[in-house]
Amino acid sequence: MIVYPEGVFYCHVEADDVAEIVEEHLLKGRIVERLLFKEPLTEETIPSYQDIDFYKKQHRIVLSNCGRINPESIQEYIAAGGYEAAGKALTEMTPEEVIAEVKNAGLRGRGGAGFPTGLKWELTRKTESDKKYLVCNADEGDPGAFMDRSLLEGDPHRIIEGMIIAAYAIGADEGYIYIRAEYPLAIERLELAIEQAQNLGLLGKDILGSGFDFDLHIKKGAGAFVCGEETALMASIEGKRGMPRPKPPFPSVSGLWGKPTNINNVETFANVPYIINYGAEAFNSIGTEKSKGTKVFALTGKINNTGLVEVPMGITLREIIYDIGGGMNQGKKFKAVQTGGPSGGCIPAELLDLKIDYESLQEVGAMMGSGGMVVMDDSTCMVDVARFFLSFTQSESCGKCTPCREGTKRMLEILNRICSGEGREGDLELLEELANHIKETSLCQLGGSAPNPVLSTLLYFRDEYEAHIKDKRCPANVCEGMGAVYVIDENKCVGCGMCARVCPIEAISGKPKEPYRINEDLCISCGACAAKCPVGAISQG
Amino acid sequence: MGCICGHDSESREKYLAPLKSILKKYEREERYLIPILQEAQGQYGYLPKDVLKEIASYLDLSLSQIYGVVTFYAQFHLKPKGRNVIRVCTGTACHVRGGAEVLKAIENELKIKSGGTTDDLEFTLETVACIGACGLAPVIMVNDDTHGRLTPDKVPAILQNYRAREKAAV
Ligand SMILES: Cc1cc2nc3c(=O)[nH]c(=O)nc-3n(C[C@H](O)[C@H](O)[C@H](O)COP(=O)(O)O)c2cc1C
Ligand code: FES
Repeated sequence: MIVYPEGVFYCHVEADDVAEIVEEHLLKGRIVERLLFKEPLTEETIPSYQDIDFYKKQHRIVLSNCGRINPESIQEYIAAGGYEAAGKALTEMTPEEVIAEVKNAGLRGRGGAGFPTGLKWELTRKTESDKKYLVCNADEGDPGAFMDRSLLEGDPHRIIEGMIIAAYAIGADEGYIYIRAEYPLAIERLELAIEQAQNLGLLGKDILGSGFDFDLHIKKGAGAFVCGEETALMASIEGKRGMPRPKPPFPSVSGLWGKPTNINNVETFANVPYIINYGAEAFNSIGTEKSKGTKVFALTGKINNTGLVEVPMGITLREIIYDIGGGMNQGKKFKAVQTGGPSGGCIPAELLDLKIDYESLQEVGAMMGSGGMVVMDDSTCMVDVARFFLSFTQSESCGKCTPCREGTKRMLEILNRICSGEGREGDLELLEELANHIKETSLCQLGGSAPNPVLSTLLYFRDEYEAHIKDKRCPANVCEGMGAVYVIDENKCVGCGMCARVCPIEAISGKPKEPYRINEDLCISCGACAAKCPVGAISQG
Repeated sequence: MGCICGHDSESREKYLAPLKSILKKYEREERYLIPILQEAQGQYGYLPKDVLKEIASYLDLSLSQIYGVVTFYAQFHLKPKGRNVIRVCTGTACHVRGGAEVLKAIENELKIKSGGTTDDLEFTLETVACIGACGLAPVIMVNDDTHGRLTPDKVPAILQNYRAREKAAV
């Protein structure tokens, strides 16, 4: 919690602490030292939130209101400068001028691929049609990503404002927000926000007296990852199975019900009001040569500070992980960071100083993706991680094209056998061959990017794969049944004898009340003893 | 519970009455198929065959087409579900922080696999790829409640809580 105007930041506040904060801080003006944030690395206490590394290195454009205004109040959004950009665009600018501003700003799609937003709008604007649609992609299916959810829950009007401006630019009078059904709170807030905007005449007919009409509907997804892909998403809005189709024709030519349709991600829309308010230069002065502005990442995994961070493009991974993220949890060793979810890849420690933007991530075999960032330490098995992502994409494959449907299945079978200690000579080459075929020949980017996690871990952590195959050993001790035998920690063992009783081959012996021992030569690594041990004294050693 | 198909037309009528009032709210267009299915499932707990037939005739779509849509999306089911639905997150953050062990603990506790329902219809167990609460990983949702930072040993107490509630409500 933050106390304004000083910006004093208290963390891990529990209900019982509130009395003390009110008494000491609010009434007597004394800071409650006990609850201040401590920098994990230096142990220094820091009163003001602006000075905490977690916030200092961030640059908040799209998240600027999140957590600061009441998302259920349109008045608070307006008081924070909201809907000014929409007013300016609709009453002072032509659609062409809006497009030019967004193009100059260099805004690129935040949904994954990074397509230039202004150009996309221009293409849709130029297609002649009696009807055009605007769609907001809030399907956010990437496991490990929750940026769009937080934006929709924390500042729904910003998305609506961005959509009004975009609709005006391309000439659409109807829009859809396609949102996951798993996000009930976001849906509720959006519904409320749309209603409020309609009541104030910011949505509907003749918005702000400009003669421009635009209305918005919400469509709830029904649980299919592939519906995040734009052509599948549109099929789903139409009430069909959400399967992708070949492109071209692109949605800008033939989208929803065959009409020109412009589709953008939540965060893309959230950047638009800023660009219109402050101009293209303010935006494109942030970032790298080809990637402008900021990006929101969902920082998670084995790191001290988890949460959403918004950083300028071009920041290094090291700054994100150590300065903002506060370093590794429990002082463990950094092993890799996974970006881009199931379409992305794992980046090893050698590349921590990489300046991140769309191109640099792609060059190292990862991807910006929607912005998930999962940090892993040496207790994470990279083969298992690759298998995890592939099993995700494999089960979400819609089955329409063969490379993705069959190919990912075969790759998964190989990874499964490697993880269970049955990997064979030649498996890695086979994986690479399959991966490249799938990438080249799949119908959509679900298949096209599914092999990335495997390829990037093969590139940087090949030795781990080899340890699984040749030595039947999982270096991180994650994969079960690898043949690594179990051992009993003598200091923890209480001598209850439960392990000896469940062991199916009687490999464990000992006397009650004294530490038991496992005979390494007999152990078949079934793990039954470890599961039974009441004090957690047994592990794979 | 169970299907009433084949029974006399009066009880069928009664059974389908809630569906009819849902249908009334929508125009007869394919684009409303998914919202109708979502609402119907909310009403009946699952999608019984009679309900699908009725929707098919209302929207003038073939039953097979509707079946195709229902089976495509993970949200829809054709079988009844337990009174409590447990969804275990198997997303990245939860995976890295030990979500698989939590899932295993629940499977052991309830003696069902992911996708299954206990015989007494108390619990249905599902997995979901990320519920957007990764900061709390590993996470499960029971009905609409989120439980975060879980370890396998916390599982029995949480489940017991829902069982107890069930009993108290009866
Ligand atoms: C399998 C798959 C899943 C996708 N999921 C999402 C998603 O959840 N959210 C999103 O905005 N874009 C997603 N995309 C990208 C969209 O197809 C599309 O490129 C994007 O919505 C365009 O918006 P942008 O230009 O603003 O990035 C996905 C693509 C694929 C192939
Ligand atoms: S990965 Fe479990 S909530 Fe996101």
